[in-house]
Amino acid sequence: MWDYSDKVKEHFFQPRNAGVLEGANGVGDVGSISCGDALRLMLKVEPETDIILDAHFQTFGCGSAIASSSALTEMIKGKTLDEALKVSNQDIADYLDGLPPEKMHCSVMGREALQAAVANYRGEEWSDDHEEGALVCKCFAIDAVMIEDTIRANDLSSVQDVTNYTKAGGGCSSCHEGIEEILVKVMAERGESFKPGTPSKEEAKPAGMTNLQRIRKIEAVLESVRPQLKRDGGDIELLDVDGKTIYVSMTGACAGCQMEALTLQGIQQKLMEELKEFIKIVPTKAGALSRASCHV
Amino acid sequence: MTGIYFDNNATTRVDPAVVEAMLPYFTEQFGNPSSMHSFGNKVGLAIKKARMQVQELLGAEHDSEIIFTSCGTESDSTAILSALKAQPERKEIITTTVEHPAILTLCAWLEKDGYKVHYLKVDGKGRLDLDEYKKLLGDQTAVVSVMWANNETGTFFPVVEMAELANAAGAMFHTDAVQAVGKVPLNLKDTKIDMLSVSGHKLHAPKGVGVLYLKRGVRFRPLLRGGHQERGRRAGTENTTSIVGLGKAAEMAMEAMAFENTEVARLRDKLEAGILAKVPRSFVTGNPDDRLPNTSNIAFEFIEGEAILLLLNKFGIAASSGSACTSGSLEPSHVMRAMGIPYTAAHGTVRFSLSRYSTEAEVDRVIAVVPEIIAQLRKLSPYWDGDGPAAEPEKAFAPTYA
Repeated sequence: MWDYSDKVKEHFFQPRNAGVLEGANGVGDVGSISCGDALRLMLKVEPETDIILDAHFQTFGCGSAIASSSALTEMIKGKTLDEALKVSNQDIADYLDGLPPEKMHCSVMGREALQAAVANYRGEEWSDDHEEGALVCKCFAIDAVMIEDTIRANDLSSVQDVTNYTKAGGGCSSCHEGIEEILVKVMAERGESFKPGTPSKEEAKPAGMTNLQRIRKIEAVLESVRPQLKRDGGDIELLDVDGKTIYVSMTGACAGCQMEALTLQGIQQKLMEELKEFIKIVPTKAGALSRASCHV
Repeated sequence: MTGIYFDNNATTRVDPAVVEAMLPYFTEQFGNPSSMHSFGNKVGLAIKKARMQVQELLGAEHDSEIIFTSCGTESDSTAILSALKAQPERKEIITTTVEHPAILTLCAWLEKDGYKVHYLKVDGKGRLDLDEYKKLLGDQTAVVSVMWANNETGTFFPVVEMAELANAAGAMFHTDAVQAVGKVPLNLKDTKIDMLSVSGHKLHAPKGVGVLYLKRGVRFRPLLRGGHQERGRRAGTENTTSIVGLGKAAEMAMEAMAFENTEVARLRDKLEAGILAKVPRSFVTGNPDDRLPNTSNIAFEFIEGEAILLLLNKFGIAASSGSACTSGSLEPSHVMRAMGIPYTAAHGTVRFSLSRYSTEAEVDRVIAVVPEIIAQLRKLSPYWDGDGPAAEPEKAFAPTYA
């Protein structure tokens, strides 16, 4: 059985704002019946102020789909449309104290229903760019379509490349066989065959930065995310930089938080963009590094 | 035991008498059956007894046709890989679209190695077309693997007849009978079935023990090679306690065979009729006229199975579902899709599987609870409108990227 948070269970067992909303003036229908998750979001918007007076949902889906729908309606009521559109799928998952990686798509669906309903209210066409594949990497919730697209767009040819670009396979490594299968398929499209042991693409060089500049840049990125972490009662500290590996310590509410991996994933992405190179962020406890180095 | 356990096709409770039979083999009788001393000898005798108990349940001609393994999956892999290895000139496999992943995943992997796998289709009730089967059988067929009874719907396949046909074509015949053994009287000595898989935990023995039945004279290549255990056909020190347990469970299953097919079947029928009478837009999947006595698979339209299971669980009722979400995959059960059940119903299928420990009171309780749960979820469904489905449900709700 899924490891659902108490908040997910509560919103599933006692969903808020379920059922048809009379007088709705913005409706969004999204989801996939083949996947077994679909949602209708109904909004009653005050035209003068753009404020969402009421929001209801109807959902065909599993426990976390219903809970995500319920959470979404609670989160957006009383907001203006523009404020509501700032609600991300991660916000929905956070509101529910996290979702299992296999279920993150439920929060994505909620976010898309919101976009669709707002577009419907404004008389705009909404089209999704959403394509979802089978979940390959369970550690970081990366699906097959994402991996395929990334391999195509970047001409990747090794599992390490895929991990560098998508993070898939960077955890427990159980999915490496699956990633290899995708590489075989996509590389065949461009007339190549997959060879195990191919070195990963040459990693982009740090753009002429000195170690000091590099570390300052890393600190600056961490500084930029710190307010967000502090808002949730947590914090992050830079412990060491060893080549491509950046050791950090998650403290306060962040330490051991269910969403720690996702938070770090986001920070890692930011760091990679800023440094223009592939890096790996490794959470560790303060003091652990000096102990570890004794064994080298 | 608290709660109502109607998920016996997933696994069963180990019978207390089975546990009792096993216990001495953890402590007093801990010897290795291969050893020369009396510590080992007594355990060897216990395994011999268990082998004969399983032989009796399967109706096998010889006790040496029983090979103890670690699980049903190991038996399946051993059977199919052996058939391919023993007949390298034959490159084709025939199986069905509705097999257990223990067969389908292995077959998909063998396809990459150049084997041709034919998947027999099923009709809306989960039945095979034997004419299609006859046309596929040929001198390239190494092995046919067809389950005795489907784990999701309980629907039987005519494996005895299909084994005759395979035999006539010179192909080996294997059946995954993990759901059937213990519920269906078997007499393998009168059939042309070459290999059959058993799983202990489906018939009130512990998990981690299985059997591969291998008809005498059928060419065999072991999966695990090493010591001389199981006459060299399955190396590795025997799981003695569990084998003893499986023997006892087999003996008890023989005794309960009539009960399973009368009383358990009666309770299952009552449960099914009770639910169908109270819940609109629900129907039985598979073939109700030819299936396991303990299994009922009901599709509840316009709602999703995981949500049903979570609510059932809240009432202490355990069952399982063919929805995509319960497996973490993107598609509902391959069995439901193979039968052409529409998505709006396939995601809402719930399997109730009873055992000889199920009671009338439990059945009554489930009949009382299920309609409420279904109604509660349908109130949330965009396909539902008041007391019935929305007029033209597929038009009433047609989400983007559906």
